[in-house]
Amino acid sequence: MAIEVNGKTIETDEEGYLVNLADWNADAAKILATQDELELTDNHWEVINFLREYYDEYQIAPAVRVLTKAIGKKLGPEKGNSKYLYELFPYGPAKQACRFAGLPKPTGCV
Amino acid sequence: MAKAKFDVPAFRPYPVIPVIKSDAMKGNGPYVAKPQMQESLGYPGELIDNWQEVAIDKMGELLKKYRSLRVYLDSCVKCGACTDKCHYMIGTQDPKNMPVARQDLLRQVYRRYYTLAGKWFPKLVGAKDLTKDVLDDWYNYYHQCSQCRRCSVFCPYGIDTADISMAAREILDSVGKGQKYCNEIIAKVYKIGNNLGLPEPALRDTLEGLEEDIKLDTGVDVRLPVDEKGVEVLVITPSADFFAEPHIDGLIGYAKVFHQAGISWTLSSYASEAANFGMFIGSYENMRRVALRIREAALDLKVKRIVFGECGHAWRVAYSFLNTLAGPFDFLDQRYPIPQHICEVTNDLIKKGALKLDKSANDYRRVTFHDSCNVARASRMGNTPGGQFIIPRQIIKATCNHFYDMPEDTIHDATFCCGGGGGVLTDDLIELRVKGALPRMEALKYVVDNYGVTHMAAICAICKSQFTKVLPYYGFQMDQIISVHQLVSDAIILS
Repeated sequence: MAIEVNGKTIETDEEGYLVNLADWNADAAKILATQDELELTDNHWEVINFLREYYDEYQIAPAVRVLTKAIGKKLGPEKGNSKYLYELFPYGPAKQACRFAGLPKPTGCV
Repeated sequence: MAKAKFDVPAFRPYPVIPVIKSDAMKGNGPYVAKPQMQESLGYPGELIDNWQEVAIDKMGELLKKYRSLRVYLDSCVKCGACTDKCHYMIGTQDPKNMPVARQDLLRQVYRRYYTLAGKWFPKLVGAKDLTKDVLDDWYNYYHQCSQCRRCSVFCPYGIDTADISMAAREILDSVGKGQKYCNEIIAKVYKIGNNLGLPEPALRDTLEGLEEDIKLDTGVDVRLPVDEKGVEVLVITPSADFFAEPHIDGLIGYAKVFHQAGISWTLSSYASEAANFGMFIGSYENMRRVALRIREAALDLKVKRIVFGECGHAWRVAYSFLNTLAGPFDFLDQRYPIPQHICEVTNDLIKKGALKLDKSANDYRRVTFHDSCNVARASRMGNTPGGQFIIPRQIIKATCNHFYDMPEDTIHDATFCCGGGGGVLTDDLIELRVKGALPRMEALKYVVDNYGVTHMAAICAICKSQFTKVLPYYGFQMDQIISVHQLVSDAIILS
């Protein structure tokens, strides 16, 4: 599978995650979101950017708890909970937001 | 990852034998493992040219190795007792999800190549050649079994469909057709130490964050140590406990219990996983390789006890197989069970009065308990029969004022699987997972309607993730599933 981003073909796996993390750019994120019928708002971008920063440092997406705390600090305590994150990313903040952020899918019993 | 389109089964007024819908779940099965994942587990990268010959030989090898397999394949009398006992059969109505039909997929081939009657008169005895269609059916339908073993409870011969599905998956792996979900995860355990692929720095960062949270909540310094040598207890818990909700609240609960009891403990960054997916794919070698990491960590950290966190099949592997897989554990303190379950630890401490609990902290919850299949039907806790049913309930009752069991034919050893066990907890099987959850959701609805139950507690990472995902399909909230040790965490009075 693949997506077209500004005339360039970017390869994805069968679940829609980027095969090469280096292929990611903001337009790719928007196209991946369109596949899930979502339009990315500033609040989505806060999450996506945090995921990418965390991944850069730790080579893994943050635990949902770590993410909610970070978002709470940035967007206000009423948004620092997984309910809010599920509103933004209905298929789950871990899996869906990672997909848009160009990160691998979290695996295991999650 | 477009949303899968399917109908969520309706609640039935009362449980009846479902109307059959042939081929309702026919398909290509879950995503196939990539060559790289296959090879790191010791299997061919992709379907080999002489798959038929290799598969038949592999079946012969397994028949010799596991006499139980031959007994299970020989002894079915087609009595039909199992037909409506499988949650996937109930939810999908596909007759190939009747346990007997699932077994027959392997049995027909066994008869053709390994019984005299099947060699000479295949049609008379329902024997079939191993064709590509049969292999594809194996791949599809043996990944619609969560190896929960409910059917075997009702089988008068005790035929264990889980063993048959494990054997089938081992044969599939050995011809190069493994499942992506399971095999990718096992490969990650070998590479990084856990199913998630959580490296040590991330583990430390997460745990430090939790220590801060507990301090903020309670004002008490409760530690979640990693790789501390010479402590009393090594805790082996599913990596989902470091990552997902509500799992992480259970982990906080374990930490509070050890803190309050004054027991020194540590997690291991090397064996940072309790789950053992080697069992799901029926591979003794892979199961052993995963289990040995626990032994190595225990030796390296010079601990005296090994305690397992809330993880269903991990406890089956630990309780039933760990000693033969990775023993002898003669270097551990022999006065404690080897290994021990976190529920046993907590329950003993409660009985001794070593934990102060304020039940009223959970008064806003009315709780029921979901028996996880591998704990219920493949292990035990404590030293009395049925301890695995009694002990978690004792903990819940010691921490909550309002506890209500679901109907009798859906709990204890008749428990229904959450619908996500045995290596099917993957998005590409979401239809199966939602449909397979039907009987459990019906039982939950019963206690919600009759007793006002608000939360279902569980002691398995897969159950917790599965329910988080499927509860909303049935009109419940995703956060109605909680960890048993979350109840402990909320009720415990720290000092």
